[in-house]
Amino acid sequence: MIAALTSLTILGVVLGLILGVAARVFRVEGNKLAEEVLGILPGSQCGQCGFPGCAGAAQALAEGRAPVTLCPPGGRAVVLALAAKLGKDADMADVKESVPMIAEVKEEICIGCTRCFKVCPTDAIMGAAQQIHSVFREACTACGKCEEVCPTESIKLQPIPVTLQSWYWHKPLATGSAA
Amino acid sequence: MSEYLLLLLSTALVNNVVLVKFLGLCPFMGISKKMDTALSMGLATTFVITFTTAGAWLLEHWLLMPLGIQYLRILTYILAIAAVVQFTEMVIRKVAPALYQVLGIYLPLITTNCAVLGLPLLNVQEKSGFAVSLMVGFGSSVGFTLVLVLFAGLRERIALATVSATFAGAPIAFITAGLLALAFMGFAGLVPH
Repeated sequence: MIAALTSLTILGVVLGLILGVAARVFRVEGNKLAEEVLGILPGSQCGQCGFPGCAGAAQALAEGRAPVTLCPPGGRAVVLALAAKLGKDADMADVKESVPMIAEVKEEICIGCTRCFKVCPTDAIMGAAQQIHSVFREACTACGKCEEVCPTESIKLQPIPVTLQSWYWHKPLATGSAA
Repeated sequence: MSEYLLLLLSTALVNNVVLVKFLGLCPFMGISKKMDTALSMGLATTFVITFTTAGAWLLEHWLLMPLGIQYLRILTYILAIAAVVQFTEMVIRKVAPALYQVLGIYLPLITTNCAVLGLPLLNVQEKSGFAVSLMVGFGSSVGFTLVLVLFAGLRERIALATVSATFAGAPIAFITAGLLALAFMGFAGLVPH
């Protein structure tokens, strides 16, 4: 028991030491700016900007290969922080105020073509050919795929309507943001 | 000397770690889309496996056996493997950043490559000596690299071929892997038993 405990502990400590020394010896001098930019980005690795994870996006931003408005989940606060960090003008026209959205069918103009529920990745749309479609609110992730294929523009992403159940206190404004 | 050469041949071809023992299939399917990344992955794995078989033998004979704590074998080996992989990752990141980008998640995943743990355990089972263990480790990982590169070459060809929609993508890759395994079974006649 004692032998097992001590030997494993010593093994762990020795390997840890070796790795610690190796980390110093093989240290990679990263781009300082890219690291700071990475600190600003949300870090959720969603890939919506088209780069592989936030680290890739930070690298591209630091090299000036990407606009500061590239991060959809980050919203205004991230755009402003990035613009301040990189000394660029932020083009706020590209930035949508991000509120929770949900797909909604305008029943007057839905022709029941079934295209939207074929593309829906979460099976959130029900309906059949020549029948008016409808959206399961719990399953909709607001990905926007249905909006693209709808021939009559009857299905649209809408902000989730505020009801007594869904109302919430607004978050406090971030300090230093111009908004 | 010829004994070691025979050992190398038999571990690399006859008892191929991927296609005959079916260990380490995750990188075999995962990182075999391009020839050069397959080769790099194979080399990284070769490095890791050779080091861990040596390290595991030393741990087994200098630590576990004298203290009579062989029941901690898997735990100890995993510790050593994780350390070697971490070390390899640091070296590759420093020496070849482009390769580091390409290998991505598969590099740390060498830790969970069952061939890396399986080979030292098989060595213990066979009660091999140090040199033989090292040779088995090296030979097997060379076999792993060989198969990975072969398979990547096949997949590059398949990517250009017309494959019916039912089989396109992963299914045809699995079928190819099966055929390759069948072909490797043919090596069984190479070394007289």
